[in-house]
Amino acid sequence: MAKENNNIIDEVTTSDYKYGFYTDIEMDTAPKGLNEDIIRLISAKKNEPGWLLDFRLKAYRYWLTLKEPTWAHLHHPPIDYNDIIYYAAPKKKKELASLDEVDPELLDTFNKLGISLEEQKRLSGVAVDAVIDSVSVKTTFSKTLEKLGIIFCSFSEAVQNHPDLVKKHMGTVVPYTDNYFAALNSAVFTDGSFCYIPKGVRCPVELSTYFRINAANTGQFERTLIVGDEESYVSYMEGCTAPQRDENQLHAAIVEIIAMKDAEVKYSTVQNWYPGNAKGEGGIYNFVTKRGICRGANSKISWTQVETGSAITWKYPSCILMGDNSVGEFYSVAVTNNYQQADTGSKMIHLGKNTKSTIISKGISAGRSNNSYRGLVKISKRAENARNFSQCDSLLLGDKCGAHTFPYIETENKSSIVEHEATTSKISDDQLFYCQQRGISAESAIGLIVNGYAKEVLKKLPMEFAVEAQKLLSISLEGSVG
Amino acid sequence: MLSIKNLHVNIEGREIIKGLDLEVKAGEVHAIMGPNGTGKSTLASVIAGREGIYEITGGEISFKGKDLLDMPVEDRAREGIFLGFQYPVEIPGVSITNFMRTAINEIRQYKGLEPISAGDFLKKMEEAKNLVGIQSKLTNRSVNEGFSGGEKKKNEIFQMAMLQPELAILDETDSGLDIDALKIVANGVNALKTEANATVVITHYQRLLDYIVPDFVHVLFNGKIVKSGGKELALELEAKGYDWIKEDA
Repeated sequence: MAKENNNIIDEVTTSDYKYGFYTDIEMDTAPKGLNEDIIRLISAKKNEPGWLLDFRLKAYRYWLTLKEPTWAHLHHPPIDYNDIIYYAAPKKKKELASLDEVDPELLDTFNKLGISLEEQKRLSGVAVDAVIDSVSVKTTFSKTLEKLGIIFCSFSEAVQNHPDLVKKHMGTVVPYTDNYFAALNSAVFTDGSFCYIPKGVRCPVELSTYFRINAANTGQFERTLIVGDEESYVSYMEGCTAPQRDENQLHAAIVEIIAMKDAEVKYSTVQNWYPGNAKGEGGIYNFVTKRGICRGANSKISWTQVETGSAITWKYPSCILMGDNSVGEFYSVAVTNNYQQADTGSKMIHLGKNTKSTIISKGISAGRSNNSYRGLVKISKRAENARNFSQCDSLLLGDKCGAHTFPYIETENKSSIVEHEATTSKISDDQLFYCQQRGISAESAIGLIVNGYAKEVLKKLPMEFAVEAQKLLSISLEGSVG
Repeated sequence: MLSIKNLHVNIEGREIIKGLDLEVKAGEVHAIMGPNGTGKSTLASVIAGREGIYEITGGEISFKGKDLLDMPVEDRAREGIFLGFQYPVEIPGVSITNFMRTAINEIRQYKGLEPISAGDFLKKMEEAKNLVGIQSKLTNRSVNEGFSGGEKKKNEIFQMAMLQPELAILDETDSGLDIDALKIVANGVNALKTEANATVVITHYQRLLDYIVPDFVHVLFNGKIVKSGGKELALELEAKGYDWIKEDA
């Protein structure tokens, strides 16, 4: 019985990457390799102030002293950091006033992804900061946001126009000394997004950024900084798909979130980098450092992620709960298929009193993939009455994949309550048969069951994202749906 | 409508069904009775197309003149075969509404029809709910998750009402039901009865047959139908037990 169903599962889980195409846009690229001259070139290309070049160089020198970490449950050939192009930008064009002026090929790319800017603008009221490779091409809705004092722009623009804000906050959540990939990013990051919500302002729209790796051999080093000032609220969305490539592409991003007193920042992401082909060739290596700090009392940061792509995912969106009564949340669905590997989870560091955190992680493994949850819940000495609830579920499709859970719990305060629940399940033959007997194909049945399993996380996503995420889950695991 | 000829089925090398014949025509209600372990549920599973442990070693099954044995499970369902499960499974996170809409639309697609409109779907849901007497809230819950035994069986009949199959096979639908639930389930089945569809009721108690009156009763024993008759056969079995059949066989 197991055999037949494995065949079905094999069949429906080996569909080709739907978004495998790339745009041919003229690139302005630096030579391969990494050294201080390259970093100076990046900094000069971006017309950066001296302090930022210093920051980059310090990070680079520190990075040279580090070794790539090996503790994750991941296996990949060694990365040659000198075989990577660290800077690529679409050739400078004149300022764009409307979508008509945007490169039609670029618009076509967005259309293929089903995220056409026109539609987004017209229908959903989403402000989109579209990042193709390293330079932001288009920012919409910034005028509306400007009136509220909200800053939402590319990181480079923020460096030029709001240098004090950037200087004040950058690296305060993820210092360049944090880890190997954070140091690398700090040295060579080329662009990303910046968002600042002033005191007392509720951002009226979902802020959204679409990232896309778009040049062969170009590592993507994005840097995002989100600052929610006191009593502010923002919901921020990041989504990405990548074109098909034969070579592995390195992606090492940093996302920093700061929530001041009574502020709430909601960060949602759907990640769909190219996962490699069915044999495990190609695909993106995704080493990301995402961390938020609830700096003020009663602040809240929540991470929601749907991870379906990348050959390798190394990612632990975390919260430092510094302010009293602050709240950290992590909701995650991670799908791995074929030869994909994911080592992902969260860290909740409780420093303040009455701090609360929730971790809901749903792993789905298919094919020959490996899916690991790795999480840390740390309750410090002064975190009176801290609470954590963690739930880590794994769903297996077929019998050649792996699911692993590595929870770490450290408590130094006796008044804290930490709960951890974990389950592992398979899509049962009985469930498949039941669905099929009602006329539902095996592929649709798997899509239904997987979406049902992930529902708790999917419902945390903003509406426009939830639909896309459901489709992605189906596309990732099925041949025909979507 | 359903024609089974000289069917042989093995489970793990052991012959469970040993040359079974059955003819079911439109408009008929058949009851298949027999002691536990004689192959009743195996028969239901094999008609529905369950694979895995079941190995068909001989014979034919056809439905509306089409050979069933080469047809995938979902196509048999789309052709109009419905199996009411003895143990309906739970599908966490999938609402009954979503489940039924997916099923109906896949069946419609198979028949070359457009997806059902939201209005028609809701109307159908209301009718089906009323028929089985299930509460509105139930259809927002996940399929069978946390349902009582009675709710699960009512949900099977609700789905049958939604899908309006040509052939419904009800596998021990009466097991675990109190008399009130039994009546509701039976009334549902009777209400769905037409001249164009057929029902096969699998049970080992005659109790259900007080409410769903069969045209034919078959006794399945040791992998074969050893006796067939009218509804009075069920009463005879109730009175005399299965032993006399075993002796005859």
